[in-house]
Amino acid sequence: MELKNSNIKIKSKNLNVYYGNKQALHNINLEINNKEVTALIGPSGCGKSTFIRCINRMNDTIDICRVDGSIEIDGKEVNDKNVDVVTLREKIGMVFQKPNPFPKSIYDNIAYGPTIHGIGEKKDEMDKIVETSLKKAALWDEVKDRLNEPGTGLSGGQQQRLCIARALSVNPEVILMDEPCSALDPIATAKIEELIDDLKKSYTIVIVTHSMAQAVRVSQKTGFFHLGKIIEVDTTEKIFKNPANKMTQDYITGRFG
Amino acid sequence: MNILILTIIVLFSLSSYYFGRSEARKLITTNKIRLNALPSYYGYYLAVWCGLPALIILSLWSLFEPTIIKILILNNFSNVESKDLFYEQTLSFFNGNFTGEITNDIKIAAERYTSLNNIAYNSKIALLASVLVFSTSYAFKKVKSNNKARDDVELILKGLLFVSSLMAILTTLGIILSLLFESLKFFSTINLFDFIFGTSWSPQRAFVRDASTITPEEYLELKDAFGSVPLFAGTAFIAFIAMCVAVPIGLFSGIYLAEYASTKVRKYSKPIIEILAGIPTVVYGFFAALTVGPFFRSIGESLGLTVSSESALAAGLIMGIMIIPYISSLSDDVINSVPQSLRDGSYAVGATKSETIKKVIIPAALPGIIGSILLAVSRAIGETMIVVMAAGLAANLTINPLESTTTITTQIVMILVGDQEFDSPKTQAAFALGLTLFVATLFLNYIALRVVKKYREKYE
Ligand SMILES: Nc1ncnc2c1ncn2[C@@H]1O[C@H](COP(=O)(O)OP(=O)(O)OP(=O)(O)O)[C@@H](O)[C@H]1O
Ligand SMILES: [Mg+2]
Repeated sequence: MELKNSNIKIKSKNLNVYYGNKQALHNINLEINNKEVTALIGPSGCGKSTFIRCINRMNDTIDICRVDGSIEIDGKEVNDKNVDVVTLREKIGMVFQKPNPFPKSIYDNIAYGPTIHGIGEKKDEMDKIVETSLKKAALWDEVKDRLNEPGTGLSGGQQQRLCIARALSVNPEVILMDEPCSALDPIATAKIEELIDDLKKSYTIVIVTHSMAQAVRVSQKTGFFHLGKIIEVDTTEKIFKNPANKMTQDYITGRFG
Repeated sequence: MNILILTIIVLFSLSSYYFGRSEARKLITTNKIRLNALPSYYGYYLAVWCGLPALIILSLWSLFEPTIIKILILNNFSNVESKDLFYEQTLSFFNGNFTGEITNDIKIAAERYTSLNNIAYNSKIALLASVLVFSTSYAFKKVKSNNKARDDVELILKGLLFVSSLMAILTTLGIILSLLFESLKFFSTINLFDFIFGTSWSPQRAFVRDASTITPEEYLELKDAFGSVPLFAGTAFIAFIAMCVAVPIGLFSGIYLAEYASTKVRKYSKPIIEILAGIPTVVYGFFAALTVGPFFRSIGESLGLTVSSESALAAGLIMGIMIIPYISSLSDDVINSVPQSLRDGSYAVGATKSETIKKVIIPAALPGIIGSILLAVSRAIGETMIVVMAAGLAANLTINPLESTTTITTQIVMILVGDQEFDSPKTQAAFALGLTLFVATLFLNYIALRVVKKYREKYE
């Protein structure tokens, strides 16, 4: 029991989120294991993005959004007023649905995060960070000769890996991915999935996806959301082979959604 | 009289629109034919054919009639001294407000004018009526056989739009050419080099003189009246002061509005700032001259400085305030159009709001911001009223903001107020100044476009 608990990285308890008067999440209780990939699935508008944005408090940037309930990371409350969001977000990287590299050079895209946190102030340190981040994101070989070219000039798939490298550059413990492959072709998608498989050795990953096949391929645990509620969470194998809930069954077999 | 004719033509063409449309409808309902175009196209088609030829002829006629009548009359009076004066006298006699001595010639000319006018009028009516009848019947015939009313209407519309843009281009060209010609006249008197590099400007010293009779000594004196350096320096100086005020305030308030202000604050404060741009410049001018200028002078006096009550500082400051909304409003728009995803990306690695603004948003919005600043600069350079009222008229070559200076536009105004001989170098100098101002602004815009484009290429 003790052993199992210590493996939990993120734990949400009775999490409720409101946009203005509209409640987007109802009583979410979810545990995310350390160094594992957790997939969140569910029909559009069910609150998957809202949930993962709670983990790094990105919802703070939306005026009308209000969060109550609890999210703990390593047993520490995230929603606490005293939590410094800057260090929180240093610990939790995020990759978005559409690749969003900054209009800067490839190098500067990666160097952005470390600079902000005061890491790698020496040029050779920064070079090292840029290189390792790009290598971890499996992009180094493709861009090592053109680090000074704009990041926006890369292909969509390369841009997304650049964004992953950017998230890795500050050495996070958790990586949140919100439909990271939805704008990519199958080959680029395969590359990212391979990458995710690799990254889970050192990072805890939460991925939102609309592709059942992708959830099966990359994740160990899957949570099914519907209308702002969590319907079922279990190992990916169980969810896709033998779901306990009829709704989950219907969703994964494509009968609604 | 022309108004009446015009009204008749327009009414005629309007009614043929309705007629054409209803005929076309009738054709559809009674004969069950599927026409090639909507009924209204047949209406337009008829209206254009009825109205346009007559309108063209009417305007051409009105354009040439006075000249032709004048030539016809003056042909008979080859012996009078000044033909133009004589003709003027004839016209005013004809209109019944001639006060001088009435000669026999004038009486005869006026009679002839009356009869020519009558002939012209009658033949105009006859011509227009026949054109109307002819073009209308032609159009009616065409409509029956020709099914392509839609294509023809499109063609006519295209022609109309083309003529409009041609007119805009020709007007611009005309203005540039007249600037160029008058300036050339000026530069035939005053050396271009002396004009551009001369450091003394005092056109009131320039006496009217036939350019061909100027002696070298007189030229030395004359060229000292037309050295434009003080004006350019003054213009640049005041614009610089204005930008020192407008760029930081405008940019910061733009950033505040776009990034920090709540929707409610934004909704009310943006229009309020934009009101600044709507205040007439004269109002700014007298505010600068009557309030700010004396205020600076009294501050200066209490500090033991000599401040003239008309100072570059006062004018520049007020001009800067006037320009703030150009920068704030545009940069607010530009910053707003930076995609939210870039902000999210920056926040997600732990950047704060101000870091995000400084390192991501401003760089991304920079082309637009530069654009708005350059727009503001050319606005500052072209501004006249504030400077006339607050910066003075003395063409001092100075970089002391407390002294009075003057600008190109102010001097153009000064040269052209009051009665002027059109041929004096002084008047032509205004055109030369206008031309240089035009060239300078053009150059500025060109540079701006280049900068923006280069920046775009780098990040797209
Ligand atoms: N900024 C916002 N303001 C108001 N309502 C929002 C906002 N963002 C999300 N919502 C609402 O919250 C609910 C959940 O949205 P969310 O984006 O979390 O869904 P999702 O599961 O990520 O959907 P998708 O699969 O389409 O991305 C939706 O009903 C949405 O309309
Ligand atoms: Mg989403």
